[in-house]
Amino acid sequence: MITEAEFAEAVDSRSDRPIYGLMKRASVGIAGCGGLGSNIAAALVRSGVGHLTIADFDTVELSNINRQLYTLSHIGKAKVDALSEILSQIDPFCDITAHNTRITAENCAEIFSDCGIIIEAFDLPDQKAMLVNAVMEQMPEKYLISGNGMAGYGSANAIVTRKITDKLTVCGDGITDIADVTGLTAARVMICAGHMASRAV
Amino acid sequence: MVIINGEPKDTASVTVTELLASMNLRPERTAVMIGNDILPKAQYDRVLADGDEVEIIGFVGGG
Repeated sequence: MITEAEFAEAVDSRSDRPIYGLMKRASVGIAGCGGLGSNIAAALVRSGVGHLTIADFDTVELSNINRQLYTLSHIGKAKVDALSEILSQIDPFCDITAHNTRITAENCAEIFSDCGIIIEAFDLPDQKAMLVNAVMEQMPEKYLISGNGMAGYGSANAIVTRKITDKLTVCGDGITDIADVTGLTAARVMICAGHMASRAV
Repeated sequence: MVIINGEPKDTASVTVTELLASMNLRPERTAVMIGNDILPKAQYDRVLADGDEVEIIGFVGGG
């Protein structure tokens, strides 16, 4: 069994020590554990984020495997349970709070109250807009990162990080809607997830 | 003059609702920032004022 001290030392040797300390104290919330959310969560845990709150109401399906972090063994499980299991295999010392619930404008302030950064990782445009509006209206002190436009087979270089206000950053190509194109691929979704995780870090 | 997504526009006496319609954007899929602040949906009937810096995000599906 690996001890927390051994783990910290190994991670520490690959990162800047003062930054690693900051990361261990950081608390990040992820709304939605699909293609964006599951991959962002893995990147953040590997980067040393100490506290993660994840929320989703969905279960893992076969159609998710092409781009989400899950494997066949997770099919039928609640996404937050499957994701917690994977994340604890990456870093057993990361403190994970899982909410198996649908996030609404009414409950988001409570679910993410302890998080300094909130990441919007939904798939439906109405839900994305709902959360961005709710967080900015109810919790204007939070940093918010939103994903917008990563479907299809377009250029990887079209996906960018845009700082919209002091608190809001939007990552994606901004235009490619899954309703208009075929395909949502692991590569492009992970590029967008990487932009979002990198912004959080 | 109003700045919309970085571009100066002459949009005198236009409400946010009218502006979104002219851009073919559905209000339930948008977030509208004026300066550093979100504009609550209840205020979409607000008329844009001279000098407003407006940033409109039209959300698309996929995630």
